[in-house]
Parts: sequence; C-alpha cells; structure tokens
Amino acid sequence: MTLAVATTDSHLNDSAGVITLDNLSVNFGGRPILKSLNGELRGRAIGLLGPNGAGKTTLIHTLLGFHPPASGTARIFGSDIRSDANQIKRLIGYMPERDSFITKMSCIHFVRFMAELSGLPSAAALERAHEALFFVGLGEARYRNVDTFSLGMKQLAKLAQAIVHGPKLIFLDEPTNGLDPPARQRMIKMIREIRDSGQANIVLSSHLLRDVEECCEEILILKEGRLVTYCNLEEERKANKKFLMLETRGDLHSFIEGVSRMGAECAVTSDHRLRIILQDGNEIRDLYRLAADSQVQIRRLAFKRDSLEDIFLKAMENGDVA
Amino acid sequence: MAVLERTYKRYEGTLSPEWSRFLIIPRHAVRNIFRSKLFTGFYALSFVWPLVCAILIYLHHNAEALAILRVNVVDVLPIDATFFQTFVAVQGTIGFFLAMLVGPQQVSRDLTNNALPLYLCRPFSRSEYVVGKMSIVIILLSTITWIPGLILFLLQSYLEGWTWFSANIPIASAIFLGSLVWIVLLALLTQTISAWVRWSLAARAAMIGLFLIPGVFATIVNEMIQTHWGNIISLNALIANVWAGLFGTFVRQTSQVQERRGGQIIREALMTEPPLWASWFMLFLICALCLWLLSRKVKAYEVVK
Repeated sequence: MTLAVATTDSHLNDSAGVITLDNLSVNFGGRPILKSLNGELRGRAIGLLGPNGAGKTTLIHTLLGFHPPASGTARIFGSDIRSDANQIKRLIGYMPERDSFITKMSCIHFVRFMAELSGLPSAAALERAHEALFFVGLGEARYRNVDTFSLGMKQLAKLAQAIVHGPKLIFLDEPTNGLDPPARQRMIKMIREIRDSGQANIVLSSHLLRDVEECCEEILILKEGRLVTYCNLEEERKANKKFLMLETRGDLHSFIEGVSRMGAECAVTSDHRLRIILQDGNEIRDLYRLAADSQVQIRRLAFKRDSLEDIFLKAMENGDVA
Repeated sequence: MAVLERTYKRYEGTLSPEWSRFLIIPRHAVRNIFRSKLFTGFYALSFVWPLVCAILIYLHHNAEALAILRVNVVDVLPIDATFFQTFVAVQGTIGFFLAMLVGPQQVSRDLTNNALPLYLCRPFSRSEYVVGKMSIVIILLSTITWIPGLILFLLQSYLEGWTWFSANIPIASAIFLGSLVWIVLLALLTQTISAWVRWSLAARAAMIGLFLIPGVFATIVNEMIQTHWGNIISLNALIANVWAGLFGTFVRQTSQVQERRGGQIIREALMTEPPLWASWFMLFLICALCLWLLSRKVKAYEVVK
C-alpha cells in the first residue's frame, strides 16, 4: 500500500534559498517575539545564535509550523510556511531541545514509529530505524527502553528520530545540551558528517559559539527577536586569509614603504607590531624578501581573523537591526 | 544509510498513503496495551456476554436442547429488539470500563513527555493525532460491541431465516449506530480527560465522576422541580434514550404527580420526558465541547501567557 515517491522534490525551487525570511513577525499574547526578520540563507549548515530568550527556538518553531506568523512569512526551499506547511514537513527533521519521547517503547520501536509517521512504509521504517541508530552510535542499545537512557543517549535517540526519514533539512535545537566533552565531540562530528554528505541542510540553534563555529557556514544572530547580524563564516574565513599580524625587529620605515608599494594595506598597532591586509597577487614570500631587503626581522607572522566570539560580542554591543 | 556504511543518506523510496497514517498510532498502541495482564484479562472476560447471548439464540432454535434442559420454549427470552438493546447496553457498560483502563494515559503521556512536537513536526496534523488516539478506543471497543452484536444478529438470521433478517434490518443498524455513538462518546471523553488530567488515576476517577455526578444531580433536579428534564444532563439517561430511539423502544413517558393534603389535591404536575432529539442534541453538544477542549490542549507547544 505505497503511493508517492518520497523525494520528488521537483516542485521545490532549487534556485531558492534554504530558508527565506520575508518580514517575518511572531507575537505571543500580543507581545512581539520575532520582529520583522528578513534574509535569505543558502548554507549547508546555518547557525542560529543569540542569548537566552532571543527568539531562536521560536524561529525554529515558526518554520516548523507550530506558531503562526503575525505578519510576513518565510519560505523553505521556496515553499511558503503559511500555505505549504504539509509539503515542508515532508522535507524536514526536527531534534527538539527538551526531552521528547514516547514512553514505554524500546528505542528501535520509537524511531521506527517516528519514521512511519513521516510516511515510510512499515518495513522500510524498521530498516531505516536500525540504520539511523547505528549511525548515531546507539546500535547496541537499540532494544533498550528509551526511559532507561542517559542524557547523552537520549540526545542521540532524538537525533536518530530526526534523521530516520532522510529529511532534506534538519533543525537541531541545542543538540549538545547536557553532553560531556567526548559526547559533545561525537555529536559535532555527526553533524559535520551529515553536512558534508551534501544530502541535507542543517539549521543548528545553540548558545554555544564553539558548536556553531565548528559546524556552520552561515550564522544568524538574534537579539530580542531582531536579526542583529548575518554572517557567512566561509566567506569571512576566506576574506581573512590575507589579514596578517606581524611582530618585527628593526627599522620599519622602509619596510612599510615597501609594503605600500606592493599595494597592501599596512597599519602599525604598536612599536614592532604590524597589521597587513594583502591584495590579490601578494605572496607571503614577497614580505620576507622585502623584510630582508629592509633589514627587518620578522619574528612572528600569523593569520588573524575575527573569531565568532568577536562577531557575537560586537553584535550584542551594537544590537541594531542588520 | 546502511548499517555498515554509517553515512547519512536521504530516503528515496515510496511513502504510505496519507489517509492511512492515523492508523499507525493504534497499531503501535495496541501492542503496548495488551502487555497489561489486567487489561488482557478484562478484555477476554468481555466476550462472556456475547457467548451467553449466542447460546441463548442457539437454544431458542434448538427444541432438542431445550427438551434436554427441560425448558419450555415460552420461557426462553424472545430474540427481538429488546434482546439486542440489552446486549448493546451490557457490552457498552463493559466498554466503559475498558475505555477507562486504556484511554486516560493516551494523550497525557505524550503531553508529559513533550512528544507532541515529534508528531506535529511531521506531515501529521493535530486532527490526525486526535483521530489516531481516538481510534485506539474505537477499534478496541468495536471488537466487543457492534462486531459481536452483528455476528449475533447474523446467527439469529441464519437460524430464523431470510424473512426475519429482512424484517429486522433496523435492529442491525441500531446495533451498529448505537454502539458507534457510545464508542465515539467514550473515545472523546477519555481523550479529553487524558489531555487535561495528567495523572491517570485522577483521570479514571474523573471519568467515573462524569457519569455518576451529573446522574445524581439530574435526580435531584427531577425531584426538586418535579420534572424529567433533569435527565438532559445525565450521560447515562442520554445514551439510554438514544439507544431506545434507535431500537424503536423509546417512549416519551409522561407521568402525573399529585400532592394531596387532607384528601384534596393541592398541587398537580405533569412530568414529561425530554424528547429524543434533545438527547441527540446534548450528546452532540458534549462531543463538540470535548473537541474544543482537545483543540486547546493538543498543540506542539503551549504558549504560556
């Protein structure tokens, strides 16, 4: 008794972004929670950052269709969350922040049940449930009751139910909550594996900057329901490849003139420290050659870029709409 | 995403039909329900009365057996609308206790364990969830009410002949409809109580209370203002009237009450049973109220003001 093919995504607009926010606002009891969010996200892994109460989870819940938008809308793979909610739900997996289980069920039974609810036929659901549990590392514990699981195992079971039906977009809400360092590393590794497989896009909501930095290419920073920063970490990393910090000894005059003649920008930050932004065509070896010609010793050379923490703190300080 | 490869892969296969997805819930739930020895025992006992009825029907048509038992055919119960109405009433009462065992934990467990977001983030709507949960009670109770009822009807038709069957078709529809109304009412009540009362013991008590308290209150109202309209709030009286209406045994009873003092009538009151449509209307109202209450609770996340 099987009907449609699961992944007939021909109706989806592949040229559209993964998530498009179009003036999206959400109110609870007349109080604005999300305020006119705009933007288009295209990354394989998108990070949602923000302090507690910023609206990260509300944004995910709105995209999942749990809360109706007060105004504006959002699109997932080009499908509108207002009019095509059911169509969208076929393509997404969701790992909630809080413990969410069906009690008195073995883990394999639970994950299989979730797969069946997503539309998989019974036999395929069982097969995929086994695969998903082996993938997340719960293969040996799959016949145990979920109620008996430790916190780390419960997180893995939640991830398994989110991926069992092979969704195209996976929402992970604080996936590393309550995990010890090795378990956190395993979780991050799995998220990166899913991302790198190219089979699914990921939206990762977390207040842990390191998690987002390790997994995501794009980040959205929310503050008090507003989008304060959008940042493409990949581009940021590429752009910052030519941003150098130099520690030197010797007379810098001729060296700085030489750097300027190369077309690079140079600034002296302290006595012997220089910040240089190289232009296309500039090579590091040119700097060493110039230093040798100018009788300047380069004691230390390091690539420098704004860390996610810098970006986050800047966003929190400024706090204006991006 | 093979077990050995351990890589993430999208699902490329076929999907089950959307209309049938609500049935996934009862399929998985029934497996858990029958793990309870108490429930299984009670469920097995609920087939005793249909068996007794089948024996009665058989005896009714077996003169030799009656002779062996030394029973006169006149003394044997007649197999008519009242016989089947009694069957539905007895099985309905047993069904009430079964629903009380099964129903109260269905929604409350999901609410306590935050499972609703897991259902509702999938292509599975709130109404499918409610229908799925209700169908646990509906399927279980169907197996002890209208299904054995119709089997008994067919047995009687087989033994009595085609003429009896064609003349008594309304009894068959009354068995089916009467049981179904009762089952749907029980399913809605158990799910609503389950959604609002998380502690299953309290939910069961509330279920009994729903049938007892309005009944007692109805009697008080009837006595105080000399009427039968108090029955309109008693679930037992409502369903009894609906069953009687379906089996064609409903009589709108009218009684006269006279209060005498010193041999003289000082007060006279005419007590009329509420009409049949009023019972149907009240049941409809109760079902609508249950659905509204369920819609308030069955949400992925509750927004707390």
